[in-house]
Amino acid sequence: MPLVRDGKAVADGWTTVADDAALPADAPVIVSFARWRAERAVLEQRNAPLGLGLKNTDAVEEVGPEIHRFGLVALNFPKFSDGRAYSQARLLRERYGFKGDLRATGQVLPDQLIHMLRAGFDSFDTADARVLQQWSKSVAAYHAFYQPIGRLRPTLDNLRREEARPAAAD
Amino acid sequence: MYAYDRHDRMFVHARVEQFRDQAARRLKGELSEDEFKPLRLQNGLYLQLHAYMLRVAIPYGTLDARQMRQLALIARRHDRGFGHFTTRQNIQFNWIKLEEAADALHLLAEVDMHAIQTSGNCIRNVTADAWAGVAPDEIEDPRIWSEIIRQWSTNHPEFSFLPRKFKIAVTGSPADRAAVKVHDIGLRMHRNAAGETGFEVIVGGGLGRTPIIGTTLKDWLPKRDLLSYLEATLRVYNRYGRRDNIYKARIKILVHELGPEKMRDEVEVEFQTIRDGALALPAETIAEIAAHFAPPRYAKQPGFAPAHETLRRTSPGYRRWVETNVVPHREPGYAIVHFSLKPEGGVPGDATAEQMEAVADLAEKHSLGEIRVTHTQNLVLPHVAVEDLPAVWRAAEAVGFATPNLDLVTDIIACPGLDYCSLANARSIPVAQRITRRFADLGRVHEIGPLSIKISGCINACGHHHIGAIGILGVDKQGEEFYQITLGGNAGPEARLGDLLGPAVSADRVVDTVEAVVEAYLAIRAPGEDFLATYARLGLAPFKERAYAPR
Ligand code: SF4
Repeated sequence: MPLVRDGKAVADGWTTVADDAALPADAPVIVSFARWRAERAVLEQRNAPLGLGLKNTDAVEEVGPEIHRFGLVALNFPKFSDGRAYSQARLLRERYGFKGDLRATGQVLPDQLIHMLRAGFDSFDTADARVLQQWSKSVAAYHAFYQPIGRLRPTLDNLRREEARPAAAD
Repeated sequence: MYAYDRHDRMFVHARVEQFRDQAARRLKGELSEDEFKPLRLQNGLYLQLHAYMLRVAIPYGTLDARQMRQLALIARRHDRGFGHFTTRQNIQFNWIKLEEAADALHLLAEVDMHAIQTSGNCIRNVTADAWAGVAPDEIEDPRIWSEIIRQWSTNHPEFSFLPRKFKIAVTGSPADRAAVKVHDIGLRMHRNAAGETGFEVIVGGGLGRTPIIGTTLKDWLPKRDLLSYLEATLRVYNRYGRRDNIYKARIKILVHELGPEKMRDEVEVEFQTIRDGALALPAETIAEIAAHFAPPRYAKQPGFAPAHETLRRTSPGYRRWVETNVVPHREPGYAIVHFSLKPEGGVPGDATAEQMEAVADLAEKHSLGEIRVTHTQNLVLPHVAVEDLPAVWRAAEAVGFATPNLDLVTDIIACPGLDYCSLANARSIPVAQRITRRFADLGRVHEIGPLSIKISGCINACGHHHIGAIGILGVDKQGEEFYQITLGGNAGPEARLGDLLGPAVSADRVVDTVEAVVEAYLAIRAPGEDFLATYARLGLAPFKERAYAPR
């Protein structure tokens, strides 16, 4: 699948492997949560990077404490209007400190990019050419946001305080 | 009032330009209707029977004269010269063209307003007590908290695609004037034993096809924790709320299916995990927002208001208006004035551009420039000197806003119904108009006393019929408009849902039936007893008997 990251089309080094398919040797693979649970011992022995694909109903709590074992986590938007993966993304990033690649799969559209980036996603598995076309416009739409949460700060409040500082020093 | 600074302004203008681009892509066919729909909804644009409707946020029902004039300008330029104030303290314009929507939004942004999240499956415009900051019984000004919630919920990166819409209401008084028990989250301020103010958090109330009174998840929440607790609740809802059936997707169904205990536990666990995080509200942040709502500098009023006293003695019409539409203010020598948007034969909540401008002028002259919108679709001048009341009354009379019927039988709430709404089964507005004509005699209206009639054109209950003392619901019977009537609903602290009177009645019969119910009340009430008290004492039977009796 075409992959978008930082506003560019990039090569995808990962292979998503179906639960009943054999694992390719020495290649980075993304396995489902079910497979991870069932074949954990084998998967841990592999030398290649391991990725985890979660359904938006999978409980991130179950895997959160060991999420650092994965180089990539793929979260799914079965429909763009189903927002469950936004919560999963924030939990993985903010609660469990996931530092790897957080990938959005499923129906990824240009007008939700900004929410996804703020929630913690960095790569987008989408064939939709509009995502690339709209990227810079989407990312630059706002100079700041109200909430002190997620990524892509600053907040409006931060900016106000910065501006107030030199004045206060006089 | 909350005053935007340059950053708030840049933000709302950015939102307008973002939408302008989205609408342009839709018009060029680069976005499908399916993809565009949530984007336009979250900018207030709703597709109705004949045109787009634009729902403009009036955050917690507060606006100033300049903003009201701009609404009048939008009504003239982009609508047919009027607007419709709603039960969520918003204003709707019914005749918007998609090509012009971004221009209308730009006009809003010019006066620090927006239509953000007034529709769609997101956190909606927060509502509050219309008497905020001026009610004598207030514990704390709910606008402070409403504004804090507005900022937190605007463009929230996690909660912009919830299972369904999400409505929050705040009251700062023991008397609940914001119907907090029938919201997804209702917040009610209380003082704890130590005298500190905090929030009772009521979750999972709502009307619609499954009307439920909300459950208190938290008796008393410290103010610093407000946003953390809201975030925890919304996260539980976003993750576990049903998405398989639109009619079961509101948080009330989640609370019902999990049970209040389990829901409380889920939220509590999440809350405890995040409560000391980035959303904990520092006292200085609260103080900064609160400063925006500091009481205005009132001019000291003499103890005696001669013009007012004289007119009260000489004009029964004025006296009646003062007794009905004017209520006490916390500042001596001032009053809270209600403009009734429910004239005889009128459309509840409608105002023309000229009327909006007249209200703006009056607010500037007599109310320190401030205006409020109530959830009963009326307008308020919150700071009127008692001595100015005669002048305000005359001006209100001149524009048709002086009908002395606040909270009385003709102060009807009605949804747009079949005249505008594509979901409707039946018309609401004409029923309201016919009822106000039937009860045109003001003497009789005052004799009847407090009685709320609320009308919805379908089960979605935008007209709040479940919490009307008399509720009227439009239903479809083999292609004909019929109306179900409920009695005994109440929105206040003792919130309860109305009981079904009996079989639905035809459009021809609906006004007669309402009148029969009112006549029944007059016949059986004890001295001094209002409609709801009589109903509580005697129940449905005596009403039912008379309502369906052949005439
Ligand atoms: S109650 Fe029904 S008819 Fe009335 S506005 Fe709501 S959806 Fe439309």
